[in-house]
Parts: sequence; C-alpha cells; structure tokens
Amino acid sequence: MEIPKEEYILRCTSACAGCSASLALRYVLKACGPDIALVVPACCTSVIQGIYPNTAFNVPVYNIAFASAAACASGMIAGFRKQKKNTKVVVFAGDGGTVDIGIQAMSGAFERGTDFLYICYDNEAYGNTGMQRSGATPLGAATTTTPAGKNEWKKDLDRIVEAHNPPYLATACSAYPKDLFNKVKKALSIKGPKFIHILAPCPPGWRYPTEKSVEIGKLAVKSGVWVLYEREYGKLTINGPSKAAIIKPSPLSDYIKMQGRFKTAEAEQISKMEQRILANQNRLALEEKGIC
Amino acid sequence: MLTGSTGNKAVAEAVSQAEPGVIAAYPITPQTEIVEQIATYVAEGKIGCEYIMVESEHSAMAACIGASVSGVRTFTATSSHGLLYMHEMLNWAAGARLPIVMANVNRAPGPGWNIWAEHTDSLQERDTGWLQVYVSTVQEAYDTTLMAFRIAEHADVLLPVMINLDGFLLSHIFQSLETVHIEDYIPPFSLPHMIDTKAPLGYGTLTGPETHFKFRWAIERSMRAARPVIDDAQIEFKKRFGREYGKVDEYLCDDADVIVISLGTLGKEAEVAVDLLRSEGIKAGSLRVRWLRPFPSLNISGKELVVIDRDYSFGFGGILANEIKAKYKTDVFSVIAGIGGQEVTFGDIASFVRDRRLGTEYWFGVKANV
Ligand code: SF4
Repeated sequence: MEIPKEEYILRCTSACAGCSASLALRYVLKACGPDIALVVPACCTSVIQGIYPNTAFNVPVYNIAFASAAACASGMIAGFRKQKKNTKVVVFAGDGGTVDIGIQAMSGAFERGTDFLYICYDNEAYGNTGMQRSGATPLGAATTTTPAGKNEWKKDLDRIVEAHNPPYLATACSAYPKDLFNKVKKALSIKGPKFIHILAPCPPGWRYPTEKSVEIGKLAVKSGVWVLYEREYGKLTINGPSKAAIIKPSPLSDYIKMQGRFKTAEAEQISKMEQRILANQNRLALEEKGIC
Repeated sequence: MLTGSTGNKAVAEAVSQAEPGVIAAYPITPQTEIVEQIATYVAEGKIGCEYIMVESEHSAMAACIGASVSGVRTFTATSSHGLLYMHEMLNWAAGARLPIVMANVNRAPGPGWNIWAEHTDSLQERDTGWLQVYVSTVQEAYDTTLMAFRIAEHADVLLPVMINLDGFLLSHIFQSLETVHIEDYIPPFSLPHMIDTKAPLGYGTLTGPETHFKFRWAIERSMRAARPVIDDAQIEFKKRFGREYGKVDEYLCDDADVIVISLGTLGKEAEVAVDLLRSEGIKAGSLRVRWLRPFPSLNISGKELVVIDRDYSFGFGGILANEIKAKYKTDVFSVIAGIGGQEVTFGDIASFVRDRRLGTEYWFGVKANV
C-alpha cells in the first residue's frame, strides 16, 4: 500500500530529538487520513502537539484526563454515530495511560464492543513526567523511580487485551513504519474495538543517542524482546521480521548494551529475560502453527 | 402523560423529552431508578439515543465529554460516591465548556456505608464550574430538568448543570406530576466548538501561566451571564407551562422576623414549620435556595437567619451557612441536621427557630457541642 504524502503532523512539535513516538504517530495519522478525531490522555503526545494557541497536529485532537481516554472515545464515537457521521475515533495513549491508570476505561470500552481504534505507544515508562517506572517498564530497567533497576516483569498488556476478544489486535514498532501503516489501515477497516500496541524507543528515557531510535527498535524485534504479530478475529499471524527472529534471534545483549537504562541490570535478570523471550516466542509460534 | 411519579422517574421522563443524543451512566443507589427507567425508554424506542452503560462514573463523565464535544446533547445521573469519583471529570466538563446535564441524587459519603440523603456530596463539587440547582418536589425535579438543558446549552452559558434531588426523600417519593409538551422550549443543540474534521482544532492543549487564567475567567464570566439566562428560562417556563420558579423559593418571607434557609426537601418541611410558628405568634418565613451556583441574591436584610445544613465542612462549619455569612456579612444560627438521612421534622425545625442563638452552631441530635 502506498503511504500518502499528506502530513498531519506539522513542523515544530515539542518532541525530544529522536522521539520515535511522534514518528509512529506520523504514520498512524497518514493511515487514518483527515476524517478522524484523535483522543489523547496525559502522555508525551499531550506535550508534543505544542502550546496553546498553536497545535502541530492537523486533525482534531481531544486531550482528556489521564484515566479516561477510552471512555471519552466511547462517548465520541456514539455521538458521531448518532449524527450519522463516519468520522473514526482513535485513541493514542502512552503506556502509563494504558496499562496503569487507564486500564479500567480501556477494558470497559473493549467489553462494550466500542467501535474505535485504541493505540498504545509504549516507551516503557512515564515519559513526559521525566521517566518514572510504569507497569510497562521491563525487568532490570532503571528509571527515575527505580534507580537500581526494576525488579518486576513488564505487564503483559497484549494478553490482557486479547482476553477481551477484540476483532483486531496487533503489535507494531516505530522502527517498522510501513508495517505500522498497514496495520492501522487494516484496523480501521474493521468494525468494533481494535487495538495496536507500538513499541516506541525513547532516547532520553532509555538512555541512548538520539540517532539510534530506529536501530534500537529493530534490535528489539530481532532479539525477540518485541514480537510483531496480528490477531484477526483471534487468528494469530506472526509478521516477517519476527518470524525471522524466532528462527534466528540476534543476541539480547546487542539490544541491552546500547541502552543506559540497563546498566544496573544483573546477569541473572538478563538470563531470566532471555528465557522469557524464548518461552514467549515458542508460545506464539506453536499457536500460529495451531499446535496449542 | 404521567400523572404521578417518583422523583427519579420524573427526571427520566424530562430527559426522554429533551432527547439527548448520548446518555452514559453507571448505577448507584439511590439513582438507579433513573438509569433503569432510561434503559426501559431506550428499549421501548421512546428515546432514540445512544445509551452507554459504562464501567464507572469517572468513565460516565468522560463519555459525556466525548459525546458532547462530538456535537450532541448529553445526560448522566449519579449520586454520592459516584459524583465524588467523577470529581476530576467534573472539572474537565466545565473547563471544556460542555453543556452536559446531570442529575445527582444527594446521598451521604462514607464510611460507613450510608445511602440516605445528605448534601455534602454535591457541595464538595461546588467549585468545579458546574451550575447547581436543588429541587424539593417531584414536579420541580421534572420541570427543572427541562430547564437545565435550555440553560446549559445557552450560547451565553455553555457550562454543565447539576440537578440535585434528595436521596429517597425525593428520589423515591411518589407525588403528583403534570408533564408538558415541551415543543421548542429547549432549542436544538448547537455547540460552537464541536469537533469538525474539516476545521481541525486542538482541544485542551497546554496552557501556560500567560493564558490559563483567561480560560478560568471565561468560566466565571459565563457563570455571571447564567443569571439572566436562568431568569429567562424560568419566566418562559411560566409563560408556556404555568408553573413559577425563582432562583430561590420564598415562603412568607416579606413580613418575617426570622427566616429558615435550607436546600432541597428541608425547604418544604420548613414551610410547615413556618405555619406552626406563625400559629404561635412567631413571624417566621422559609427561604429555600434553588440555584446554589451561580449563587443567588437573597432578600434577607434585617432578618434573623436560621440556616439548616444537611452537610458539613470539617474544621469550618455548615457550608450553606458559611456561604451566606461570607456573602452577606451577617450572623446566623447554624443548624447541622439531616446528615446521612437523619430525620428532621417540621416540629424539629420549629424548635430550631424557637431556640435560635445567632452566631452559634448547633448539631441536631448531639448532646454536647464541645
Ligand atoms: S520522553 Fe521519549 S517518548 Fe516522550 S517525547 Fe521525549 S523521546 Fe518522545
């Protein structure tokens, strides 16, 4: 599918240099086109759009309190439907606003079969408040509230969402914009609740040089830390780059050592992560083959 | 056409006539009858709205916000803990200038679990930028709900309105009700800042110290502008449907020496107390505050005041009493009565008046005020 030339993110956002969340949003919006309303809870994207009276986004953006993006979107889509408008509603929420404070509203909206697309862009911490630990922060990662590294696993958001049986669920990564674009397009062609979880490397939070965002995203996929897949009406398809990673993963250490946040991670934690990556890949590969 | 109803069903009936585009609600005692009745109306096709049965009150208000800005009339109903759980979103609704209408069935906040009438729930939401009105009869609940949509959606107002009715004492009381044909009493919904994908806007973006106060001031300007809009809605209501309402409801206040001031059903009880006191030769009157926000002007100069609060601000006092003291620089006898549904009869109110001690506070039913 051709990626349109139209830009919906204009120049002069206030994103950090090398921010992959805004890169992801650029492709999301290209896939959405102009007839959408974006609902944004408190997150980096609330800041990235700029300061009143200016906005760098060229679609309607409804900013809403932290816990309530999916609920706000529920009302909005109902309102559009009532007016017989075809405008689509897309939530673009960070990991904190999704796996932590926003999970109740999101779960409720999925359970009600709300016809919307919920996108979680995951930079694995509270980014716009200065990188505090979130439920999405991975094991071993240092944040400003886990200075010695996080001792707990990353919350498995995708399996939580999967339990709601949405017609479409996908993972994506900002380093694979074409894949992301196609997934957003596909999601918007389906009725009901859709969910896309984007891994979005973040230079200041993950502590790596700004020009490495794409490289790190690719390493996340190649090492199997992040698996690209889709679930359409429950049927799993693992996408190309992750298929390759399952057959021959690149070493986890390549991914880990590029990021300052894993400096304090212990060898034991890293080996636990390796085991979990394997287990996760196996589970998905077997499911795709129809073995379990 | 209904001829009798509970307070809750009267609200639901008025809502069905106002025809919101989206209703989002979560059940809580004693509001449940409103959401059940609306569900029945939706199932029967009496209301053609989208009805979202959300998973919490926080989400109920968030859904109303999303629906309202999409360009449709919205309604929700709640009570007590539900209202308090919405608190963040109440601020959002007013700040976003969305004319959402909500019925709050007044109930005590816990702990302990108490489902009975108290005004501390809505009074804790006093400063959120919502217009607040307190009703005292089933008819008034119905009439005021109709007015609320007209007032909230008025171009000079564009602020949300909360209709408060006492839990059980009004929500579940059956009284006569005369419904009306509203025709164009509530004009079609229009919101100047509704979402238009052809002219995209950023809503609620970052505002710095050089702009934020301007938006806050705009809320206050509209609160003030709401006063004549409320007057107009009430005058027009009388013209069309015959029933008269003011910002306050006065009973025998003109020649009174002492006036009982209260909110909600206590005001009706106070009228019976006034009759009793007058039969004893005490020139009493009752003033029931209907619109609490914007705060009305009260005709109370030269009168002794007994203010009954079914609410409290800990470490300070009865909330209504203190609002009156602050606004009118006057002493009152502040009575705290009716908390958590505590029974307050006209006889009790008459004795508050007889035993009044201006400048003091009295907790009804508490032995020593120490
Ligand atoms: S903190 Fe990270 S995600 Fe947030 S704007 Fe900066 S780079 Fe982007």
